[in-house]
Amino acid sequence: MRRSPALLGGAVILALLAVVAVASFAGLLPYDPIAQHPPSRFAAPSGAHLFGTDQFGRDVFSRVASGVGNSALIALVAVAFATAAGTLGGLVSGFYRGVADGAIGGVTNVLFAFPPLLLALSLASVLDRNWFTIAVAIAIVYVPIFVRVTRGPVLSLREIEYVRAAVSTGMSRWQIMFRHVLPNITSIIVIQIALSLSWAVLTEASLSFLGLGTPPPAPSLGSMIYEARSLVFVAPWTLIAPGAVVVLLVVGLNLLGDGLRDTLDPRNRGRR
Amino acid sequence: MRLRNRILTTVGTLFGVAVLVFVMLRAIPGDQITAGLGTEAAALTPAQRQALEQYYGLDQSLFTQFFSWLGNMLTGNFGYSARQQQSVLDLTLHSLPVTIELAVLSIVLALLIGVPLGMLAASRTNSARDALGQVVSLAGLSVPAFLLATTLLSVFAASFGFNPNGQGFATLADDPLLNLRQMLLPALVLGFGIAAPILRTTRTAVLEVRSEDFVRTARAKGVPERRLQVRHVLGNALVPIVTMTGLQFGYLLGGAVVVEQIFSVPGIGRQVLLGIQQKEYAVVQSTVLVIALAFVLVNLLTDALYRVIDPRVRAS
Repeated sequence: MRRSPALLGGAVILALLAVVAVASFAGLLPYDPIAQHPPSRFAAPSGAHLFGTDQFGRDVFSRVASGVGNSALIALVAVAFATAAGTLGGLVSGFYRGVADGAIGGVTNVLFAFPPLLLALSLASVLDRNWFTIAVAIAIVYVPIFVRVTRGPVLSLREIEYVRAAVSTGMSRWQIMFRHVLPNITSIIVIQIALSLSWAVLTEASLSFLGLGTPPPAPSLGSMIYEARSLVFVAPWTLIAPGAVVVLLVVGLNLLGDGLRDTLDPRNRGRR
Repeated sequence: MRLRNRILTTVGTLFGVAVLVFVMLRAIPGDQITAGLGTEAAALTPAQRQALEQYYGLDQSLFTQFFSWLGNMLTGNFGYSARQQQSVLDLTLHSLPVTIELAVLSIVLALLIGVPLGMLAASRTNSARDALGQVVSLAGLSVPAFLLATTLLSVFAASFGFNPNGQGFATLADDPLLNLRQMLLPALVLGFGIAAPILRTTRTAVLEVRSEDFVRTARAKGVPERRLQVRHVLGNALVPIVTMTGLQFGYLLGGAVVVEQIFSVPGIGRQVLLGIQQKEYAVVQSTVLVIALAFVLVNLLTDALYRVIDPRVRAS
């Protein structure tokens, strides 16, 4: 694998944020992210409170760390579900063609007819909201992307000699799909996973900004930014900290996606 | 023949969209009446509840409900918003043009940012200007619209006293100057977001076209550099740029929900959000369907435009 500065940069940023996220799940944060402490409200960043405190005296660093953990969890679950369902759909659609292809294509077209954020928003608004249903709402939006990304290559792989040879040996279609077709499209899927993770993080943050994400008091980067709107001039750190971290998280994922595309996509080899 | 297939697929897709929107709103925990009235729903007498169910058509089968809603939509009856005391069709006729204006302005700004920067980046790869292009596009892809909007709104209002969105909204017909001032920041936020993919596409397309034989020939014939870049290179790179721009409409219509909300722009995105917040499901249902319809039509239009500008597609 060639070295890619983007890949390296993305990996370093994500590793740092992963440490913070894991610390939040392991209960290793300096303060309880939802515990209120009115006497120390609006404390500026200091040794005691790295990113200061908010209007309820809650530690912003702990809240941001916990928000990163929650965002990452939702994005990972959403993309895992979208990858599994979308890849399976794309494989079946491209390999079986016919009725299956028509049906899956129809569903894909319908889901693609919605602007992504609007679909996530509508789904989140009707579901009983918790982190899991938000992940499902986001997953549904990204399933069709995985279907489209895998279907094309599967269609062409299907006609390749070794796949046809496998057909002639009497292997079952499912065996061929998973043993001979899927391994050949993994790089495409891996790139799509990285890019979808960055969109999923943005979607989750937008939903919670609009009040349709994980319900309070669970900290979420989007809702922290929403609450900080009116506090910008009193306590700018309440906006800057979650804002910078959400951008850092998405930059990390985008760099990872770009880096993976540069290294894994055969069309990019030999360029530059 | 291809056009007929395309139209048939579109009609099928729109029918599927209608089914999904309908089913989605029936998936609300409890029913529309309970969800809409909240705790007050408990105070309804059985007779009142029955009357409401009859009013909303909830006493009929799902099948009947769906087709009567679809039939109503087709004849222009989009439902009624009790909170706004207006029909959803009227609301939409006011909000849709606002969003269309916002979308057009955003695209213009995105093209003004993305295309020149993309050409600049491609003019010398792996140089400082190429790095600039990459930084701008990475920022555009990574800074959430709501964060940029919130920051711009605060900074402009506090530092420059520029807050036209603090006044009541003026339509383009009411007061064009105020309208454009009010649209400036929202369009900039949305435009910045879609400038990124446009920049990247322009860079790749220009690099690809530049290595073609006809560009070398034109240069050998002595075509001036500026004309060469605009007419020969950009002209041929236009197809992927237009396609990418068309694809961004989904982002625009989704982003409009967030940006319209922050800047108090009374567009269709805000109408959906308001419907969701006020639990007016008739409004949400019809408005989401209208947005999906607009999105599908834009995609069809992009496809048609693509045929007009690409000589190869035109010839075939």
